[in-house]
Amino acid sequence: MGELNKNTEWESTKGLREPIKELEDKWKLVPSFLQVKGLVKQHIDSFNYFINVEIKKIVQANEKVFCDADPLFYIKYLNAYVGTPDLEEGFNVTKPTTPHECRLRDMTYSAPITVDIEYIRGNQRVIKNKQLIGRMPLMLRSSNCVLTNKSDFELAQLNECPHDPGGYFIIRGQEKVILIQEQLSRNRMIVDEFKGAIQCQVTSSTHEKKTRTNVIVKNGKYVLRHNALTDDIPIAIAFKAMGICSDQEIMQLIGTDDTTMKKMGPCIMECHNLKIFTQNQALAYFASKLKVKRFQTANSKSRSPIDEARDLLATTILAHVAVENYNFYVKAIYLAIMVRRVIDAESNRTAIDDPDYYGNKRLELAGSLLALMFEDLFKRFNWELKSIADKIIPKVKAAPFDVVKHMRPDLIANGLFAAISSGNWTIKRFKMERHGVTQVLSRLSYISALGMMTRVNSQFEKTRKVSGPRSLQPSQWGMLCPSDTPEGEGCGLVKNLALMTHITTECSEEPIARLACNAGVEDVRLLGGEEINHPAVYMVFLNGNILGVSRQYKRLIRVFRMFRRRGLISAFVSIYPNHNQRTVYICSDGGRLCRPYIVVENGHPLVQQSHIHELKRGIRKFQDFLNDGLIEYLDVNEENDSHIATRESDIDPYVTTHLEIEPFTVLGVCAGLVPYPHHNQSPRNTYQCAMGKQAMGTIGYNQKNRIDTLMYNLVYPQCPMVKTRTIELTNFDKLPAGQNATVAVMSYSGYDIEDALILNRASIDRGYGRCLVYKSAKTTMKRYSNQTSDRILGPSRDANTGKVIRAHDILDTDGIAAPGEMVENRQVLINKQMPPATLNPVAQGQPQSVDYKDVPITYKGPVESYIEKVMVSSNSEDAFLIKILLRQTRIPEIGDKFSSRHGQKGVTGLIVQQEDMPFNDRGICPDMIMNPHGFPSRMTVGKTIELLAGKAGLMEGKFHYGTAFGGSKVKDVCNELEKHGYNYHGKDIFYSGLTGEPLEAYIYSGPVYYQKLKHMVQDKMHARARGPRAVLTRQPTEGRSRDGGLRLGEMERDCLIGYGASMLLMERLMLASDAFSADICGECGRLASRAWCHACRSSAAVSTVEMPYACKLLFQELASMNIVPKLTLKRYC
Amino acid sequence: MPKLDQKPRVMLEEFRVKNAPDDYGMADEKWNFKKFAKNMRIVIVRLDNFEMEFDLIGVQPAFANAFRRLMLSEVPSMAIEKVMIKNNTSIIQDEVLAHRLGLIPLKADPRLFEYRPEDATVGTEFDTLEFSLKVKCSNNKSQPKDSFRPEDLYENHSVYSSQIKWCPLGNQASVHKEADVGPVHGDILISKMRPGHELDLHLVAVKGIGKDHAKFSPVATASYRLLPDITLTREVTGGEATLLQSCFSPGVIGIDSEGRAFVQEARYDTCSRNVYRYDEIKDSVILSRIRDHFIFNVESVGAMPPNIIFIQAVKILRDKCKSLLDELNTL
Repeated sequence: MGELNKNTEWESTKGLREPIKELEDKWKLVPSFLQVKGLVKQHIDSFNYFINVEIKKIVQANEKVFCDADPLFYIKYLNAYVGTPDLEEGFNVTKPTTPHECRLRDMTYSAPITVDIEYIRGNQRVIKNKQLIGRMPLMLRSSNCVLTNKSDFELAQLNECPHDPGGYFIIRGQEKVILIQEQLSRNRMIVDEFKGAIQCQVTSSTHEKKTRTNVIVKNGKYVLRHNALTDDIPIAIAFKAMGICSDQEIMQLIGTDDTTMKKMGPCIMECHNLKIFTQNQALAYFASKLKVKRFQTANSKSRSPIDEARDLLATTILAHVAVENYNFYVKAIYLAIMVRRVIDAESNRTAIDDPDYYGNKRLELAGSLLALMFEDLFKRFNWELKSIADKIIPKVKAAPFDVVKHMRPDLIANGLFAAISSGNWTIKRFKMERHGVTQVLSRLSYISALGMMTRVNSQFEKTRKVSGPRSLQPSQWGMLCPSDTPEGEGCGLVKNLALMTHITTECSEEPIARLACNAGVEDVRLLGGEEINHPAVYMVFLNGNILGVSRQYKRLIRVFRMFRRRGLISAFVSIYPNHNQRTVYICSDGGRLCRPYIVVENGHPLVQQSHIHELKRGIRKFQDFLNDGLIEYLDVNEENDSHIATRESDIDPYVTTHLEIEPFTVLGVCAGLVPYPHHNQSPRNTYQCAMGKQAMGTIGYNQKNRIDTLMYNLVYPQCPMVKTRTIELTNFDKLPAGQNATVAVMSYSGYDIEDALILNRASIDRGYGRCLVYKSAKTTMKRYSNQTSDRILGPSRDANTGKVIRAHDILDTDGIAAPGEMVENRQVLINKQMPPATLNPVAQGQPQSVDYKDVPITYKGPVESYIEKVMVSSNSEDAFLIKILLRQTRIPEIGDKFSSRHGQKGVTGLIVQQEDMPFNDRGICPDMIMNPHGFPSRMTVGKTIELLAGKAGLMEGKFHYGTAFGGSKVKDVCNELEKHGYNYHGKDIFYSGLTGEPLEAYIYSGPVYYQKLKHMVQDKMHARARGPRAVLTRQPTEGRSRDGGLRLGEMERDCLIGYGASMLLMERLMLASDAFSADICGECGRLASRAWCHACRSSAAVSTVEMPYACKLLFQELASMNIVPKLTLKRYC
Repeated sequence: MPKLDQKPRVMLEEFRVKNAPDDYGMADEKWNFKKFAKNMRIVIVRLDNFEMEFDLIGVQPAFANAFRRLMLSEVPSMAIEKVMIKNNTSIIQDEVLAHRLGLIPLKADPRLFEYRPEDATVGTEFDTLEFSLKVKCSNNKSQPKDSFRPEDLYENHSVYSSQIKWCPLGNQASVHKEADVGPVHGDILISKMRPGHELDLHLVAVKGIGKDHAKFSPVATASYRLLPDITLTREVTGGEATLLQSCFSPGVIGIDSEGRAFVQEARYDTCSRNVYRYDEIKDSVILSRIRDHFIFNVESVGAMPPNIIFIQAVKILRDKCKSLLDELNTL
């Protein structure tokens, strides 16, 4: 019977249940998306918004400057502009510049900020256009950058790599990234549990103020807590202070059901007990709880405390809810909702918000951070102008006061430069003090630079040991990469954006508010509490502010989504209901995470195969999909109101609303490099994400033009045999970092334990793993205030032989090392000299050349380098700038670190001659042997599949794909192998190179993409017999860079004690370190000097004792503190 | 199950290579010259200037392996060892350029040269070949309009091995023919250049062995495989026969007119052992390889024909044995 029923049910829905055909090449939408949005588009969009829109708003908000001295004087800013990048060449001459010039010459890539102003000079009103007020560091590839909209050829002429993502700044030659900052969203109610008590918290943020308001439960009563108040205010008093004086009205706003009434009872009672009935009484109560202001200004003195309390209530408490003419009604409703939320959460714990939920988070980008900083600096700039005006106007002068002459562009320019170059964001107005906001762009590899641009930094303290903020949130799905996070203290706090994530920029609220009203939202100001809290009514919020109520919320949402798909409102406006709170939220604020999805209607994705064909032919662009409403952006909150199918086959015709574009886009840039990541144990992908950033390869097409302090390049980088779609999208195949090594998975010799690798000598001879290490030396020729300056001398000659001394062997006649020369340890690169006095003016006529001090730039390092090139230029201080690029070619050696793309790192354990390597029937010798013990515990199945796919790809002459959640199937790959006469499982017969007989096991072998990591023995090897000692303690110095000793640590010491090797201990800890013969007076037990005891005035009992110098030092230091350590001496034999 | 013949063999089982239970490898066998001379055979299957395939039958693996190893690492050949860089303004680094030049195979018969003494600073005509490479890239004056191909825009934008010029030392010009000295292949790309780039190099080639650096190895590779042997244990017909046929390389399994499978030529098999994937036929074959039948494959890099390389390897082995014997006799 049941069977039959099922059948009929199936019959009736047959039309709907028909399997939906999979869209072919749907992934083509991803490159099309990245074409418009790009990987670092978030940064660039945000910065563009700042320099084109927000900067004008900021200037407008602070448009007028008045002066106390002259009531007629004013400055009015009419407009503000950010220009195109240029360099100041002195004498107000500027010259257009390029980013690469700034990099090389240690300059700042910036553009002038100019304003149009209207001001009073004397008695005239003057309008001045294009007045320079500061300089704005420019983000590369932003709208004002010279690189935007340039072809690859044009970029090449500007010495720029076409694959360079941009999105960073160049400050004094350094590339700086403003990391994406994650924080809790502003102006939203968040209900959370704090020390067992439930509270509702709102962090209000407006242009003027940032405050936090809490409604908490205290002794069973609800109170309002705020930083500006000394004490908590009972909630009923707060309502009364806002003019909601009747208790009934209060209850109607909060809710009139029994439980609410019961809970609110005590609060109302308390108010009565305090005898507060009117608004004025309540405000007086408020005033008594105000924090006493330290500085009374003339303005505030004249006002009564009640006025002040009213002001506080209007502007500071819940600052984001605007109050007009002291009409507090909307604010009271807002407060009532906060109380309501707390009451709800008390009885229903699921109503507590999750602060880690990504819908409650906002990401701050370069634009908004710079806007904060600029506004602060601009205000300071204006304040300074005002104080100058205050000072100068009263003085009678010949020329009328011209404020333009006092506008110093340095303040804003240096403030912005310093903030970006130090990463310290200090804004006193908001009590904001953040460190590490910017980082130097890591140019170790292309991927490390790209990975940095997608990094998201959390405001959370790294040292706290809580798991909540660190663990993977389900709401991060598709927005943040689940794999790419560092290990250790930053784990889970530092995240990376996924491939298709977009971060919204603000769009204006007014049209949305108007639209909402048209769609049936009623203004709350016209309604009473009973209507607002009616069960059939949903409250509508716009960016956390109450907009009104709607009786048909479903219609409202539908209308809004339709508007959005039609393009009538911004694609990034989101709307979603919350049924528990009976609210509809509309968001248009910046910093929300969102990503595009295919719209599904009636069980069918709107994107059809024909659309994809059009896309392939280039007729259709991603924007067209958006314009036609086939694809739309969903933010985290709206995602939760949608039913999203991962694949076409998952579409349920009744509920599905959206379809994922491509599942692999849930991963980020770094995790996207891993082939078959869905077959790996997840930590392995995380390890690879960290290691991919250390792999050397190519960093950009302009790498040969760069002079970086440290740069690693591979001589023969290769594109991986097993690619992923992400690799192609990020252009990793064009700027690769690694080589395809033929790997045999077998054990060999025993030098391969603990993940060590065996390399083939012949492969190395033929260029495998060869890398170039570039380092640079730099100096400037300074000019000093006393008219002296640094100088460079040609090579010195030996006085006797007349030959150039060895240290100066490589110098050209100009005193700078010549390109192409080999430099050895301690040879001079630049023979610079400094004048002896740089401060005191040198008397005229005095010969200056006498004792110039030698300050040569020397080369240090045990291995010689070659000079690649020398650059002589000038920097922003007009001093000569000399940069020398040094090069080393390094061949893999034992101890160099390699890693596959599956988090499997290992060092070279042995390098074997080719004839000793195993070989197979076809005469193939592996480049590398890897121990099979690396597999069972790591479970990196993806690596084994990569090997198979790579091998099949070699035979077919094509690249296989190991894209996440897709890629070439193992079965197909194996069939391909079989077709070419290989074993189906990829295991071949190998012969031992040593005995010539076949090996007993079949060997799994094929190409695997291996990365050479930057850790090389040459940079780490260190040993010391004798060497430098620290001055104070006479103990050996510490660290490789100081040629330090190798420490016998505490644990090693414990071992020796346990073993009883006391003489060895003595040798290691004293004799080999800081042995010292101290003279001790046997009489008084104190230190004697030169066999003479000063205390006893004799040398009779003085004997010499061997002790550590540190011990002697301790005694002397103690003696200096009036503690006399005394030694008792005894003869020991 | 048919009895296998008495040839020494290894069995290729599904999961491992297995020697016969009583077989401890041929290393333990007592070596007998007469027997060896009787069994030992060399059959040349294929030979041209660059490649040779021959069968070495009836020797112990140590012998075969010794020849393989010697060919890879001890048969000498000439290669560029030193590069004097007078000028290099191309984008390729000096060291990398030198490395690339070193790997270019040279056609110069190493038998006509001596090893250069370690302490020698200048080469003589008996141990050194010198070359020069002087190329300058410039704009093509007669460039066709509207062309953006580098080959039209520039002259000498690619440096090939054919541009390496031999500079005979002393009497070399009369001893060696011009055609016998120089890179084997003229189309090896050394570097790419753009106008203003210039190479002025002096190259010194010496004789060396592969042990020292892979560039001195006279072979691209030299290796061997054991002769595969396939024995059918039962009659395989019909669909199974075609399935069986598909499990081996083409030409290994034949099907006769009655649809029965038979082993046609086991030699061609790549020993992929894919027959073990099918349970229905995996019992019908015994896969094995003949342990004393080595199919050698020698790919010369071009300086010497492969047969000469092999003979050289034999000579080196002989010399080594001789010197060992001499040492032993002096004891």
